[in-house]
Amino acid sequence: MITKETYRALGLRDEEYQRILDILKREPTTTELAMFSVEWSEHCGYPRSRNLLKLLPKTGKYEALIGEDSGGIIVDDLAIIFKMESHNHPSQIEPKQGAATGVGGIIRDIFTAGARPVASLNSLRFGPLSEPYNRYLLKGVVDGIQFYGNCLGVPTVGGEIYFDESYSGNCLVNCMSIGITHKDKLARAKAFGVGNTIMYVGSSTGKDGIGGCSVLASQEFKKGEEKRPAVQIGDPFTEKCLIEATLEALETDYVVGIKDMGAAGLTCSTSEMAEAGDSGIEIELNKVPRREEGMEPWEVMMSESQERMLVCIKKGHEKEISAIFEKWDLHGVIIGEVIKEKVVRIKNNDEVIAEATPDSLASAPVYDMPFEKPSYLDEINQLDLDTISEPEDYSKVLLKLLSSLSIASKEWVYEQYDHMVQTNTIVLPGSDAAVLRLKGRDKALAATSDCNSRYCYLNPKAGARIAVAEAARNIVCSGAEPAAVTDCLNFANPEKPDRYWYFKNCIEGIVDACKTFNIAVVSGNVSFYNESTEGPIYPTPTIGMIGVISSLKDVTTQYFKDNNDLIILLGETKNELGGSEYLKVIHDKVKGDAPGLDLKSESLLHATILAAIQKGFVKSAHDCSEGGLAVALSECCISGDNMIGASITLDGEIRKDSLLFGESQSRVIISSDADSAAKIEKIALKHNVPFAIIGKTGGDNLKISINNEKVIDSKIPELRNIWKNSLRNSLTAE
Amino acid sequence: MNFGIIVFPGSNCDHDCFYVIKDVLKQPVRYIWHKETGLDNIDCIIIPGGFSYGDYLRCGAIAKFSPIMASVIDFANRGGIVIGICNGFQILLEVGLLPGAMHRNTGLHFICKYINILTENRDTVFTDICAKDQVLKIPIAHNEGNYYIDERSLRELEDNKRIVFRYCDADGDVSQRSNPNGAVSNIAGIINKRGNVLGMMPHPERSSEGELGSSDGLLIFKSILKACKGLK
Repeated sequence: MITKETYRALGLRDEEYQRILDILKREPTTTELAMFSVEWSEHCGYPRSRNLLKLLPKTGKYEALIGEDSGGIIVDDLAIIFKMESHNHPSQIEPKQGAATGVGGIIRDIFTAGARPVASLNSLRFGPLSEPYNRYLLKGVVDGIQFYGNCLGVPTVGGEIYFDESYSGNCLVNCMSIGITHKDKLARAKAFGVGNTIMYVGSSTGKDGIGGCSVLASQEFKKGEEKRPAVQIGDPFTEKCLIEATLEALETDYVVGIKDMGAAGLTCSTSEMAEAGDSGIEIELNKVPRREEGMEPWEVMMSESQERMLVCIKKGHEKEISAIFEKWDLHGVIIGEVIKEKVVRIKNNDEVIAEATPDSLASAPVYDMPFEKPSYLDEINQLDLDTISEPEDYSKVLLKLLSSLSIASKEWVYEQYDHMVQTNTIVLPGSDAAVLRLKGRDKALAATSDCNSRYCYLNPKAGARIAVAEAARNIVCSGAEPAAVTDCLNFANPEKPDRYWYFKNCIEGIVDACKTFNIAVVSGNVSFYNESTEGPIYPTPTIGMIGVISSLKDVTTQYFKDNNDLIILLGETKNELGGSEYLKVIHDKVKGDAPGLDLKSESLLHATILAAIQKGFVKSAHDCSEGGLAVALSECCISGDNMIGASITLDGEIRKDSLLFGESQSRVIISSDADSAAKIEKIALKHNVPFAIIGKTGGDNLKISINNEKVIDSKIPELRNIWKNSLRNSLTAE
Repeated sequence: MNFGIIVFPGSNCDHDCFYVIKDVLKQPVRYIWHKETGLDNIDCIIIPGGFSYGDYLRCGAIAKFSPIMASVIDFANRGGIVIGICNGFQILLEVGLLPGAMHRNTGLHFICKYINILTENRDTVFTDICAKDQVLKIPIAHNEGNYYIDERSLRELEDNKRIVFRYCDADGDVSQRSNPNGAVSNIAGIINKRGNVLGMMPHPERSSEGELGSSDGLLIFKSILKACKGLK
């Protein structure tokens, strides 16, 4: 007898339970109830977001591949598969394992598509490190990522880390993975062909991670809750073997389809493979390899034990496939077959314990969620610049911004990640985007992840547009053409209308920007309920972007290369400080509107930079983001192996702090020799992009004067020291 | 000459070594699965980096028991050239082909970055074409690279010029400041008495092409090639 308490504990609402009764025309078994609850959970079924996700563009200038579990683009004869996924709640509870299994899960989505994982990125958000628990979280998450990724031999090449009070109580861990295969070798997550075999491969099944997706990922944190048992445990060594065995199995012609047992394990993989293949599947649970005694059938179906896959194999070739997995000391066990009736039938010792049609399991309800602009926002959007006093010592402000942990170097983190294995990383972490060569070709990929969530909080549509624009700008600054996007949409409780308003507007912003840049959103993930007793997180639609560099000679980095080069600023600096790191760090204010962004102008900026790079005129290119022009110039001076100073002269009518630290969009700093600068000017003029020579590289200091008044004069080693060591110092001084 | 690359479950630099030998050095190379025992027609064995068996236990402690290792020991004892890189070095320590052991890095973190090593002994089959005291720019990527050896054995290594590489700065200065992991005497790589087995923590296969930031590592593979051609 199923009680209200039972289905509610599984996260189902009354009307959803009624719908299950209508579908089955009887009371569900415990196993069926569990299966429906996970399939219809926010994590698997997207009932509260599907309506809006439909709006994301599925086509762009690169041919898009949209698969069951991941997506990608075609570049020449290659399929570049990539996706970003969140593992926020598990990481908040148990940071090392939460982050480790986040890395493992997203990488499985890549190699089940038949692609060898070639790189990972991570976008992380924490509360201030002055709180010990946040330090514990950051250290644990970084440890989990290095523990898992390093062992796998997949380089962690990039990402971002931001700190803000809104993430205290609910950190964000977004993991992105990129894989490559020949375009004809892609695998699908489908089961079909009556009589074909269903094989379980990989690790054994235990009680870990039960309810991870339905309970943990689909509810907000409340006070005093103990959810640790719902976090899975990662075993990177097994995953490494699973990568090799899976790719070896896919080299044969015997694999019909394959799917990771991720969220909701066997439940998701059986029903979704049947649904995608328009077929039926019958499995016998007593054949499932276990690592624990006395597991109930529903627990076997719900377990989120890691490093497991479900494979559909052509009948008669089971031995060849199981031999491959056994070579790698992994299970390769037949647990069922594809059947004629379009049902998912689960047997336990020959007794049917669950039976439902794949489409009913896969057809989670869709809700039109109410939304409403938060009442507090109008007041927050008001910013009277006259009330902001201009600082007396701009050099001090610059040092303070360079020590702000969202801006400071993340070297302490990325040095713990193996970012060079596979020997493709030709631009190491620390520049605008990571660059991976494609061995044997005069071509490379650029990858980045970006999102300024403070902008999204102040103005979600503009903030999401900026997230896409900034990602594209980073890609372009590395010499690449923006090619496609994966998004990881982190939001608070969607059942609260003010939170949902943010979600809706952010989606619309992503749609605008991607359409303007003509790039597809090929994959992604939604993570709701990111709020704790301390309140909601800032809306954080993380954008992962891939770009294509058409020739290795175009690979460009952000730091100055030579003395006596001209420094060029492309784009216009406006009198705006809203949402800036300067306003937050120096004036302790989160106010105003997000910076203005004209998507057309942004596109023209991209075209200008790419043309200048491809013609060989550009020695370095760096976009202006958090901390504005002064911080970006500092980074050009200090982030390379060689430190090079610069002398800058700026003119303008606007406030000095806006000029130095404002975060006006669509601006890029370029360095070049004098001849090339003249040619870059012509290109900029043609595209109607503001062009100004603002200074020269050289010397031991960064000197900036405004209207002939010297405002900043800082020693390069001092800038570098504080920028390089602030994160390390805030973690080690306890 | 024929190279063989040992593959344990968990090896993850095997492909990188394969690529350098085949596509950069342009020499024949094959993978050797750890359950094999034959090393026919192999002139040089590479034990690559990675996490053999996950290295959940002491690094290399399980790889030691793989069937192939008895053949590798036999191969080395007959004078065959063996190079162990990173996890490969750790495995060579475990099987006793090289002396000493590895602690965790003093910073207790995995470290991945470019560092410099000083070629202290260029009179080996692995460094023959390096210049005297040449500084090589080369990456490290490990958690347990803090080499330990007792003082008497250290003296023996030093007296017999068995310390091939030491961590140094860009100018070749060997000091605590240039020691990334706490290794005794800044040791980054050593050879056995006979001089045919090298273990090193830095990754020459990651620095064998200019576009990766350094091609200094290729000097090691080219030295091996030269030595082998000379032997034949």
